[in-house]
Amino acid sequence: MTLRLYIVQRATAMLMLPLILGHLVIIFYASAKGVSAADILGRTAGSVGWAVYYGAFVLLTAAHGAIGLRTIAMEWGRLSQRAADALMWGTGLLLLALGLRAVAAVVAPGSLA
Amino acid sequence: MTLRMEARRATGYRRDRLWRAAMVHRLSGLLLAMFLPLHFLALGLAIEGEGKLQGFLAWADQPLVKLAEVVLVALLAVHLVGGVRLLVIENLAWRDNQKALATGALVAAVVIALAFLFIQLR
Repeated sequence: MTLRLYIVQRATAMLMLPLILGHLVIIFYASAKGVSAADILGRTAGSVGWAVYYGAFVLLTAAHGAIGLRTIAMEWGRLSQRAADALMWGTGLLLLALGLRAVAAVVAPGSLA
Repeated sequence: MTLRMEARRATGYRRDRLWRAAMVHRLSGLLLAMFLPLHFLALGLAIEGEGKLQGFLAWADQPLVKLAEVVLVALLAVHLVGGVRLLVIENLAWRDNQKALATGALVAAVVIALAFLFIQLR
């Protein structure tokens, strides 16, 4: 892992800590109460706050996951640095695109209906 | 030295608690990364309307899926506390009780996972 990627990996981890704790609280609450799609979307639809929360979460997760996969691909998969970099960018951008689509879906549900 | 003894010596480091902690952190991260696209695709169903998401939630309301959710929360918890352990090692003053820290992290993750299992079983 290069120094720059190491710093990004640790920085994303630190920034995600409060977001993951919040996510766990929501998961516990939702499972205990039992929520419907209407409950979930009632909370998130049109909410700038939740859009920022989940948007930031997606961005940090995509970067953190992609860098982690790059390390594993090089150490276990014996990929060259060039191939591992390509894997990192590919998975990172895919996670980012799918994640932002999911955020758009819960903030603006039915927008592609 | 027999072949078995030699193999045991060569892989002896795998019995070390800190090596196992690093392996658990890596494997939990890998599994979480594999799950993420599915998580995003499921939530993305709402882009076609509330009904699509509700259909998925109705499907997910079955024992095997609920058990899978417990496994996912366990993976998230163990990766979270394992990550905190790494940040503590790297950023705070050096401590001699690294193995106790790893055990503490594992206990915290197990407590979180068991609490979620309890909620799911209610």
